[in-house]
Amino acid sequence: MGRRGPALLAALAVVALAVGCTSTKSGSEESTGDGKTKIGLVTKTDSNPYFVALRDAAKAEADKNGAELVALAGKFDGDNDGQVAAIENLVQQGAKTILVTPNNSTGILGAIKKARDRGVLVIALDTETDPQDAVDATIATDNTNAGRLQGQYVKAALNGQPARSILLDGTPGSTVSEQRHAGFVEAAQPENLGTEATNGEQNKAQQATENLLQRATTVNSIYTLNEPAARGAYSALKAKGLADRVVIGSIDGSCDGVEAVKSGEIAVTVMQFPKKMAEQGVRFAVEFAKSGKKPTGFVETETAVITDKPLAGIDSEDTAWGLENCWG
Amino acid sequence: MTTRVSPSEFILRTPAIGPAIALVVAVVVFGLTTDTFFNVDNLSLVVQQSLVIGTLALGQTLVILTAGIDLANAAIAVLSTLLIAKLTINGTDAPIALVVGIVAAALIGAVTGGLVTGLRLPPFIVTLGLLTIVTAASRLYAQGQSFPVTDPTLGWLGTTQYLFGQIEVTYGMAVMLAMFVGLWYALTKTAWGKHVYAVGNDPEAARLSGIHVRRTVLSVYVVAGLCYGIAAWQALGRVPNADPNAFQLGNLDSITAVVIGGTSLFGGRGSVLGTLVGALIVAVLRSGLTQAGIDNLYQDVATGALVIAAVAVDRFSRGRQR
Repeated sequence: MGRRGPALLAALAVVALAVGCTSTKSGSEESTGDGKTKIGLVTKTDSNPYFVALRDAAKAEADKNGAELVALAGKFDGDNDGQVAAIENLVQQGAKTILVTPNNSTGILGAIKKARDRGVLVIALDTETDPQDAVDATIATDNTNAGRLQGQYVKAALNGQPARSILLDGTPGSTVSEQRHAGFVEAAQPENLGTEATNGEQNKAQQATENLLQRATTVNSIYTLNEPAARGAYSALKAKGLADRVVIGSIDGSCDGVEAVKSGEIAVTVMQFPKKMAEQGVRFAVEFAKSGKKPTGFVETETAVITDKPLAGIDSEDTAWGLENCWG
Repeated sequence: MTTRVSPSEFILRTPAIGPAIALVVAVVVFGLTTDTFFNVDNLSLVVQQSLVIGTLALGQTLVILTAGIDLANAAIAVLSTLLIAKLTINGTDAPIALVVGIVAAALIGAVTGGLVTGLRLPPFIVTLGLLTIVTAASRLYAQGQSFPVTDPTLGWLGTTQYLFGQIEVTYGMAVMLAMFVGLWYALTKTAWGKHVYAVGNDPEAARLSGIHVRRTVLSVYVVAGLCYGIAAWQALGRVPNADPNAFQLGNLDSITAVVIGGTSLFGGRGSVLGTLVGALIVAVLRSGLTQAGIDNLYQDVATGALVIAAVAVDRFSRGRQR
């Protein structure tokens, strides 16, 4: 055996690779009946609970309709290259419809165009493309409006005091982040005490708030793009003993987020409904497979203001309702 | 010559052979188990999908051959895409912007090489620092924006042509091939190439045999920087949008391609052919597993296993050598 060791090892590696591929393939074959409509889903990442909820809802809806869902994702926020490859690979394997949450509103237009040129129905979920008509249809929250709703509540909660706000954004350059921010600013008209990109991460949001609080001592409100950012902001405020005098607003509607509203860490959150986006997208795909009818335009999924301190003139639901309807 | 060559010697002399076999096996397996993998346009896509990481990996190969490592390569390429796109959008002629972007990448390569050779700092530390600095520079320069480009020069590498009316090829593939041939020639047929291998094998022995070690290493980082600049051009051909958040894992992906391709992390052994094969294996796994309907994440599992297997083979054959 002696000198053949390395060759053997190499051969083993190759065999393991080959066996690995064939065996997993045979496993998946059982669930893949022929003739099923194939629907592709490309999310920004597969680690964010929001996209996991969206994917699971799409899968359930596809199963219900006898369609097959193939879910792919980028590896990180901003992975345009990965999303382009995912779209190409879905087209190759014969997906009739591709649902995509673009990482960047202009980043993957080329791949989308190629897919559409081949007759594939492409629907943007959650995040718009720029221009919007680069896809057949868009199903999303009106993110500017979500920011506006947060701003209206925060303004009302301040009881006539002008808003002096810290603004915690998402990933630099993200469309969703910019729209929510603009909506909040429009409705609350805050004095801006500092804007930071948090990538929607609790750690970064906490650090950013800690640092901004060093100089922004007059703060009375914090805008946050999502609930992890809101929780990070709360930790920083609490450590400084400021939690009672600052109104934190947020957007998303995760179950953790609603819990944070219930416990009083966050004053308000604007819930969105990713499951409904996914279900609607799959229904469009099924309809397209049956009749060839393509949906068009912007389909808005609703939002709900969640708070346990309802204010006059603002439609809201309490956290009990929120916990029943949160997405994960 | 009829000397009998033992299998371990054969692998030692041609480290690309193992990965090449793995590539062929993977292609055949996916071809047999899916209906769509062997489509001509699918095979073309697999190559297109490997271009950016493949080009980054060519530069990475040179660095690793000198027993170095470059953690900043993808960050440099991203900065380069931003330079090219932003300059063009602000009115610079696209070809000039392109040259500026590529030269900037080579200059950063020169800085890396200068720090590694001049201050004798470990490449891992130098490029870790540069990764952070260059990423921050990109974000500062981009100001939270991304820059879509429409200029045909910038997207030229993504332009498709049809060979025999059937086979989809891009100019990017041709450039990749040309770079590969150029580097293969430089590494195997020129004195410079022999010096690179010698320095990676044993810098002290190289110095004693009269090789200018520092100059060789510096030149390697400059050439690698050029590769990253061209990778930036390739990236704009694939995705005509310069995004400061792109290719965050490009450094590790390029190291993966190099290692799977059989180039030794200990330096002095490996080839650009192996790297090309390594980059293709990663793309084949991604495409094939997708088409077999297998979760994205199993591609990562398979790639990770291949990395470990490749290094094990390298280590084992080196052990036999002594």
